[in-house]
Amino acid sequence: MNFNLHDLALLAPEDFLLGAACAILFIDLFLKQTQRAVTHWLAIAALLGTLAIVLCAPGQVQTAFNGAYIHDTVATVLKTFILGLVAVVFVFSRRYLDERKLFIGEFYTLMLFSTLGMLLLVSAGNLVMVYLGLELFALSSYALVAIHRDSGVASEAAMKYFVLGALASGLLLYGLSMIYGATGTLDLAQIRAVGGVGVNGLAQHPTLFAFGLVFVVVGIAFKFGAAPFHMWLPDVYEGSPTAVTTFIATAPKLAAFGMAYRLLESGLGTLAPHWSQMLAALAALSLVIGNLVAIAQTNIKRMLAYSTISHMGFLLLGLLNATPAGYAAAMFYAICYAIMTAAAFGVILLLARAGFEAEMIDDFKGLNQRNPWYAFIMLLAMFSLAGVPPLFGFFAKLLVLKSAIDAGFLWLAIIAIVMAIVGCFYYLRVVKVMYFDKPADTSALELPRDLPLRWVLSINGLALLVLGVLWGPLIGWCYRAFGLPG
Amino acid sequence: MITLAHFIVLGAVLFCIAVAGVFINRKNLIVLLMAIELMLLAVNINFVAFSRYLGDAAGQVFVFFILTVAAAESAIGLAILVTLFRNRATINVGEIDELKG
Repeated sequence: MNFNLHDLALLAPEDFLLGAACAILFIDLFLKQTQRAVTHWLAIAALLGTLAIVLCAPGQVQTAFNGAYIHDTVATVLKTFILGLVAVVFVFSRRYLDERKLFIGEFYTLMLFSTLGMLLLVSAGNLVMVYLGLELFALSSYALVAIHRDSGVASEAAMKYFVLGALASGLLLYGLSMIYGATGTLDLAQIRAVGGVGVNGLAQHPTLFAFGLVFVVVGIAFKFGAAPFHMWLPDVYEGSPTAVTTFIATAPKLAAFGMAYRLLESGLGTLAPHWSQMLAALAALSLVIGNLVAIAQTNIKRMLAYSTISHMGFLLLGLLNATPAGYAAAMFYAICYAIMTAAAFGVILLLARAGFEAEMIDDFKGLNQRNPWYAFIMLLAMFSLAGVPPLFGFFAKLLVLKSAIDAGFLWLAIIAIVMAIVGCFYYLRVVKVMYFDKPADTSALELPRDLPLRWVLSINGLALLVLGVLWGPLIGWCYRAFGLPG
Repeated sequence: MITLAHFIVLGAVLFCIAVAGVFINRKNLIVLLMAIELMLLAVNINFVAFSRYLGDAAGQVFVFFILTVAAAESAIGLAILVTLFRNRATINVGEIDELKG
């Protein structure tokens, strides 16, 4: 074990983000409430600066700190979208926070530290790093959910999130201890090389290794929000302030994919036949439970929570293939899901006003008469989530279905298609409510003066249409990340 | 003679008590937080036992990280508990049920 200062250079994005987050934490202390916009723009600048460093990094695979930190294209792709999405969430949430007296520095610093945790998580090459990245992300997001201190539902949601999140970390950690015992190393690459037949480990105990795998899969499923470990997700989505829900619904799913890839492929790749069966069961349950329960929801945040559960089922269809093509499809799906969901929550944030959350599906009645443009953006988001061609969501679904069939899970692909059709019902219901129902209030929608929100939301919505046609470069990037010809 | 198996069984028993504490407990949120702490301590016993058995110090280093994170985790857990108590005037698990569906 030797500490080398050159290693810090490879961590340049994380170094920069850490420095920027600490600086913003400090600068914010000296700002008056009327100057809070400075924190807002500095936080966005910090994310974009980190993004620039990520994109400028050299392409080849490098490791730092004795393999604890991995720099590769998978990490670059995931970091690019994580940073971009968090910046979008900042733009979307400013007015919402301002109207609820939540426009405070803590929101920004907690989000930045949470993002830092996600960046470390997707670059982890060591079990310690996986755990620390995960906890830095998770602890910050528990506090974010509770940021509205006077709201009973927010504290309840935070408590549920905390208890189930801590339980998930505990289960994951117990699995990691088993894997350590079976292989005698904490390094993911060495765990894969040893593959359960330890050098000085418990060579006679493949059971211990498999036992560890089960706990790790459960921990990952909790973090994804895949059924039957999804209980926290609807409550957290509904209870948190919508700005925080937008964050929790988007970037962390990319980080969860990164974690699953690092642990299951980089570490436990030798057990792929076992974990792909487990992921198949999780995917089937998530698809069925997510889509069927979503139909019964009247709260759009809760509906989108069940929609997330079903989308995690689709994502697992790609992951369970356990080949580079499968991982590329799953990563593409995670990116696509996060962009679609950001657009849907963006419209909710746009409609919300002081004292009005716009969180019931009925609040969208006749939106087309009141403001055709944002009704159209919501229509794009809903059609894309449902998987209607030629929108972005369709191609992502196509790729994961193909990867599930290639892996020999034809039954699962059939369940997925049936459930995608069931899913259309509740997505299209929102569209029907917007276009064919009479609004309670027929006056034109009073648009916020927050121009960045309106512009970024419009771009986000149109991106679903544009990427639905020009998806080649993005999937090419995903393929190259896993060493396939793009 | 105390062998590795004894430590692993002790870890497993503590872990099961902790998981049972999270799921069976219907009264008090503080007990729930204690159960979560116990779970992490069970993991620590596992790591230390394996580390000693394998003659590899990395496992014990991991334990230090887990202890530190566990401290931060209980700080956040208790902070959330305080806000919850101020809003609801109860820490009874059974009464924390406004979000459902």
